[in-house]
Amino acid sequence: MSTAIDIRSVVKRYGTATALHGVSLSIADNEFFTLLGPSGCGKTTLLRCIAGFEDVTEGEIRLFGQNIAGLDPNHRPVNTVFQQYALFPHMSVLENVAFGLKMKGVSLSDRTARAGRMLEMVHLSAFADRLPAQLSGGQQQRVALARALAPEPKVLLLDEPLSALDLKLRQAMRVELKTLQEQTGITFIFVTHDQEEALTMSDRIAVMSQGRVQQIGTARDIYEAPVNRFVADFIGETNLLEVTVDRIEGGIARVTLPGGHTITCPTAATTPGKHHISIRPERLSISAAGDLTATVERVVYLGTDLQLLARLTTGEEFHIRLQNSARAQVPAPGSTVALHLEEGAARLLAD
Amino acid sequence: MKGVRHYPGFLAMAVACLVILYAPLIVVTGYSFNGSTSITTWGGFSWRWYADVFTGPDAPRFKAAAWNSITIAILAATTATAIAVAASVAMIRGGRFKGKSATFALINLPLMVPEIVTAVATLIFFSAIGLTTGYMTILIAHITFCIPFAYLPIAARLQGIEETYEQAARDLYATRAQAFRLILLPLMMPGILSGFLLAFIISLDDFIITNFVKGAGMETLPTAIFGSVKQGIKPNIMAISTMMLAVSVLFVTLSYLVNRIGQRTRS
Amino acid sequence: MAGGMTPAPQGNGTGYRAIVGPLLIPTWVMIGIFLVLPVLLMAVYSFLTKEFRGGVVWDFTLAAYDQFFLNRGLFGDEPPVIEWTYITIFWRSIWQAALATLICLIVGFPTAWFIATRPARTRAVWLFLVTVPYWVNLLIRTVSLKFLIRENGPLNESLMALGLITDPLPLVNTNLAVQLGLFYSYLPFMVLPVYAAVERYNFALSEAAADLYASRWVTLREIVLPVVKPGIIAGCILVFVPSLGAFLAPDLLGGAKTFMIGSLIDEQFRGSQGNWPFGAAAAMILMTLVLIVLTVYARAQTKGDAR
Repeated sequence: MSTAIDIRSVVKRYGTATALHGVSLSIADNEFFTLLGPSGCGKTTLLRCIAGFEDVTEGEIRLFGQNIAGLDPNHRPVNTVFQQYALFPHMSVLENVAFGLKMKGVSLSDRTARAGRMLEMVHLSAFADRLPAQLSGGQQQRVALARALAPEPKVLLLDEPLSALDLKLRQAMRVELKTLQEQTGITFIFVTHDQEEALTMSDRIAVMSQGRVQQIGTARDIYEAPVNRFVADFIGETNLLEVTVDRIEGGIARVTLPGGHTITCPTAATTPGKHHISIRPERLSISAAGDLTATVERVVYLGTDLQLLARLTTGEEFHIRLQNSARAQVPAPGSTVALHLEEGAARLLAD
Repeated sequence: MKGVRHYPGFLAMAVACLVILYAPLIVVTGYSFNGSTSITTWGGFSWRWYADVFTGPDAPRFKAAAWNSITIAILAATTATAIAVAASVAMIRGGRFKGKSATFALINLPLMVPEIVTAVATLIFFSAIGLTTGYMTILIAHITFCIPFAYLPIAARLQGIEETYEQAARDLYATRAQAFRLILLPLMMPGILSGFLLAFIISLDDFIITNFVKGAGMETLPTAIFGSVKQGIKPNIMAISTMMLAVSVLFVTLSYLVNRIGQRTRS
Repeated sequence: MAGGMTPAPQGNGTGYRAIVGPLLIPTWVMIGIFLVLPVLLMAVYSFLTKEFRGGVVWDFTLAAYDQFFLNRGLFGDEPPVIEWTYITIFWRSIWQAALATLICLIVGFPTAWFIATRPARTRAVWLFLVTVPYWVNLLIRTVSLKFLIRENGPLNESLMALGLITDPLPLVNTNLAVQLGLFYSYLPFMVLPVYAAVERYNFALSEAAADLYASRWVTLREIVLPVVKPGIIAGCILVFVPSLGAFLAPDLLGGAKTFMIGSLIDEQFRGSQGNWPFGAAAAMILMTLVLIVLTVYARAQTKGDAR
């Protein structure tokens, strides 16, 4: 598979503040790639560098092998779906979709036909003559998609495109986006702060924080095998415990838990010493004898789940999730329970 | 309890405000239709003073003055608007640059300097460089003091237009010039029209500066009216005033409508 | 969150940063050459010697300022004492302008408040009605006012017809008429900025004050006025500055006793008895006064922002 976008040590500074600290990553053709991170992590800046709205301070951005740093946005075969859509308010839906083709010099009849087909693809043919303000949020979103796809870009950039929609619509659009990507075969680079969005749609995800890429991998990789505390904590819910590592051998670490129990687990760390371990709260069970002992402080009812807020005998806070089934035996607040770690529930982190 | 928005007496004050603002205008409009030659007695409804404006002994003077006023206002407002459009794009889309706050002060300077001072300074300048006062000097002075009036509504409008529209256009292969012509200019249009109308009225209105730089024999409507009024308020002046009042009302209505349309296109 | 703390500066990706200079050249040229340069030249002229046919001789002297502030007797050979004529004119102008500003505020604030608390539709109508006079030629408005209040004009006639007065009120050519003229000229300048401030005012603040036992008028004084103060100050500046240098209202409505700065300066440039350096000096002094007012205002504003 060929490489669509190759980002090499990109640094972006605004005066004295640095938004990107040497980011490197490469995105394959036809991939649905997501940049995930909290606001201010640099994901949007990176997207804008690819689109050409920002100049990179250092480094290269290669599009199918060609360095595009320094090219104006109108000379990059890359199109963007903007966060608030940025549909031209004085143009009809059809004119909006045909705009890119018009700029590329496509004749009126051709571009009208192609824009019409794009509108069909997003199920908005009936709205071609409306103004953007006359459409609902979800419809505007689909026009923005059609507009960005119409000139057949090599890469489509999506800047939090779903954040302005309500929950139901957002869920429906996730499916639609993924289908569209598969249909068109265009590389999608999707920016979001919503981990659920990232996990459900992406082929691969880059988790970013403080202007750096923390981890790149599939949804399963970053959830099951986070490399550091930031990733483990940002994706899903987790318990982080400080532990002492006795030995690391062949990707397996021997770890002493608080309370003295020793377990083996997969590791992202390479050297013994003080590290953190991540334990997912749903990968635990309550049993007669376990790896950890905790006192239940509070039971929270969440519908599908029950959340136990507990404290280890060594003092750390600890969360446990139990499935809400009739068989579940719910310990009463104040009671002491033994916790058994399932196979692979714990993972040793690099920091 | 009438709620925290209500204050007794404020309605009366607002009504008083309108009465004070409108009473003189309404009275003059009424008396402009007075058939009598005397301004103190009512002689029945008549159009005679309107006819007098166009055919009476003063007609050639007023026609020439009106022609000067209107052509100067159109030229000055058009030029000032064009200058203000360029300036607002630079100030609002140009990012940070050296001399930005100085430029901002410069644009607003005509609003800060009292009119009479501008008038004196401009007269001194034209006389020092030996430029004969007349149509050209009035026009130059008007363009200069119209710039901030055109700039303010245009810049306000541009500030409200998100950059993403232009970025989207650039992203869709438009050059800077195309993005300006096809996206920014149409979106700015309500502001540009407001700016033009304001500059036009300000130019048409100006008396003090014009009076200083007009030179001998050259008149605009305000200076011509001022000259007449010095000998007492004659009925034909009231007729001219009423017509100018009508033009002003037309212009406010226009700018009001332009703003309404502008608000609708801003989603 | 280093990236989030530094919003991207405006102008990225629109491409205008590269042509800022060319876009601004017309503005720099027009205002630089035809306003800044003339004002500098005016400053120079105020130090020149007057020529008797109107105009100047290029001999530097302090004569204009000397004439403004000092009296050296008819032949200029007596010991200098302070010359009160022009200082009095300036002082009267400042006083008149301040009074006009105060009256505009007293009428303008309730009006602005009243408009801002109307429902959207009626608010637009009120706003429209208040704006219209602003667009009407100032000369025409002043002339109309003179017509209305003159000795045997409609105002006096109706008052006499109603039996409220027996003799016409001598309004024209008085300080009161000039006052009325200034007030009438610049009232919209007060209403509009105050309206803008009141419109942004959060009425929940008033409700909170009322909830905490404040009366209506206490709320106005303690809560409303401090919050909308920027709008009030802006309105005061917009009325005070043009009132100070006003020419039409004092010239048309006032008499010899109500001479203001505007007329004094104007007189120096009329015909052959004018005195250009003296007029330039008077204009310089006026401009200095206005600059002081504006600087104080700007200071107060930045202080307000810093809080």
